[in-house]
Amino acid sequence: MTLLHVEKVSKHFGGICANEDISFDMDAGQIVGLIGPNGAGKTTMFNCIAGYSRPTSGKISLNGIEVSGLRPDQCARVGIGRTFQVARTFHSMSAMENVMVGAVLGSRNVSAAREFGWQLLELVSLAKFADKPAASMTISEQRRLAVARSLAIKPRLLLMDEVMAGLNPSEVKEMVDTVKKIRNQGISCLIVEHVLEGIMPIADKIVVLDYGKKIAEGPPHIISNDPVVISAYLGDE
Amino acid sequence: MNQLKEIQAVSAAYGYTGYKWSTRLALILLLGVVIFFPFFEKSPSHQNFIILVLMAAQLGVAWNIIGGYAGQISLGQVAFYGLGAYTSTLLFTKFGVNPWLAILIGGLLAACISLAIGWSCFRLKGHYFAMATIAVAEIIQIVFTNWEFAGAAVGLNLPMEGGWKFLIFTEKEPYYYLALGLLLLTLAVNYLIEKSYLGFYFRAIKDEPDAAQSLGVNLRLYKQIAFAISSFFTALGGSLYAHKELYIDPSSVLHTGLSIKMALVSILGGVGTLSGPVIGAAVLTLIEESTRMLFGGSGKGTDLIIYAALIVAIAVYYPSGVVGWVRSYLSRRTAMRQMRLEGRGA
Repeated sequence: MTLLHVEKVSKHFGGICANEDISFDMDAGQIVGLIGPNGAGKTTMFNCIAGYSRPTSGKISLNGIEVSGLRPDQCARVGIGRTFQVARTFHSMSAMENVMVGAVLGSRNVSAAREFGWQLLELVSLAKFADKPAASMTISEQRRLAVARSLAIKPRLLLMDEVMAGLNPSEVKEMVDTVKKIRNQGISCLIVEHVLEGIMPIADKIVVLDYGKKIAEGPPHIISNDPVVISAYLGDE
Repeated sequence: MNQLKEIQAVSAAYGYTGYKWSTRLALILLLGVVIFFPFFEKSPSHQNFIILVLMAAQLGVAWNIIGGYAGQISLGQVAFYGLGAYTSTLLFTKFGVNPWLAILIGGLLAACISLAIGWSCFRLKGHYFAMATIAVAEIIQIVFTNWEFAGAAVGLNLPMEGGWKFLIFTEKEPYYYLALGLLLLTLAVNYLIEKSYLGFYFRAIKDEPDAAQSLGVNLRLYKQIAFAISSFFTALGGSLYAHKELYIDPSSVLHTGLSIKMALVSILGGVGTLSGPVIGAAVLTLIEESTRMLFGGSGKGTDLIIYAALIVAIAVYYPSGVVGWVRSYLSRRTAMRQMRLEGRGA
């Protein structure tokens, strides 16, 4: 069943074309990797899906509901969660409070949100830091906290923007495990990633962008041998 | 799973589920002292001093909702203070509306006007928002200075009709309890906000607006809500001032310096905390009144010099205010104690 449907989306900033006629579909329960060299337009694509920028043309829909043109908070209500390249945790709050900001969406009930918060912090192995101020956490912990926070709105689709960048190999493994746990809960994940050894083993599908255009789409083992993709990353001979 | 239960228990003991018993006891004692203060202290000037502290604290708490929790630095709150004072005074003196009702209408009107101001000003961020609010407050001051019906530059007098029905008294005690009641009401509302989802949303907007949006927070809506609540209580404070002084004019209730004072009271005490503005108000009013006593008429402006020095000192050394300083001292002490215990192998 198609969850996310992206149809011919273009995004121009003045004369610069960040995304051009990009189309792809994503099924419920899938992990999809969005990869490409620097400046390929991956984050712009994310911003269009999550409502942070409005596509110049094209259509994005989630479960048949059109989301292009909605505000970010409306997208969140429809079921799109996201993380950012820098974790953007709420620094003046503790880990638990960070998660609770998301968890009060819908019920508005603070004590229910705290209950749910424990489950989420447990999921990303941060329960023991529940009272720790987010500002004093390591980068890896803040990344996982941001993931827990975005799960708190009970999304159907989670957009993760470079959650593995700058992590050491054991932290990458932890994050990979977390992503698998999230998928096992039935939440689809669209992941922008530079760390290919992190994303390749877990993705069901990879979409490759270069200079704002989609150059390839398919299962990881085919993508990693695709000559077009290799030349985009390494250059032509 | 057992481990999680254990962590939850520890968190409940030290965490947010409420105040520790010692803090509660101290609060109850403090409340007792404040309630019975006029019975022990009969000197009108001392009573007046505490009334000024309570009124400044109430304004600080109200400012703290928009400026401290939601992080939108409004330097035009005096506009709502003046609107409250003028609305209730005009309704009372010109239309004979009972002050209790007139004060409430003043508050609601200020909240409605804040929605209109917020609708345009919240398009701006940070410093630009602060500048826009100053401009709006100046415009409202100019309107009232030139509006004949509202007394123009001469101002308005309230009649000397006494009693609780009209909230006008010759002695100080009733004003003391009015100021205390209003402060406690504002604090109670602030407390409820802090504990509800609104508190979480306001603080999220202050820390990381983009991330807050991704969690379903409608930025404009919640900024407007914070602004309206803050303006409502600021207007009530303005009406109380009118009833205490029995005279208002643009330079007393629409003076820009008052906006700065509202902000300074909570910044000095600690922004985004419940008790911060109360502590800040006590310190600031003490400075204001003591310089007035020390230097008299010749020292006009001395308090402003001290204000300025305070702003610089807070910005450089204690950006989180008195409350933030005490908290960091306490947490350092706990950490030291823990280290000592671990050193002994306990």
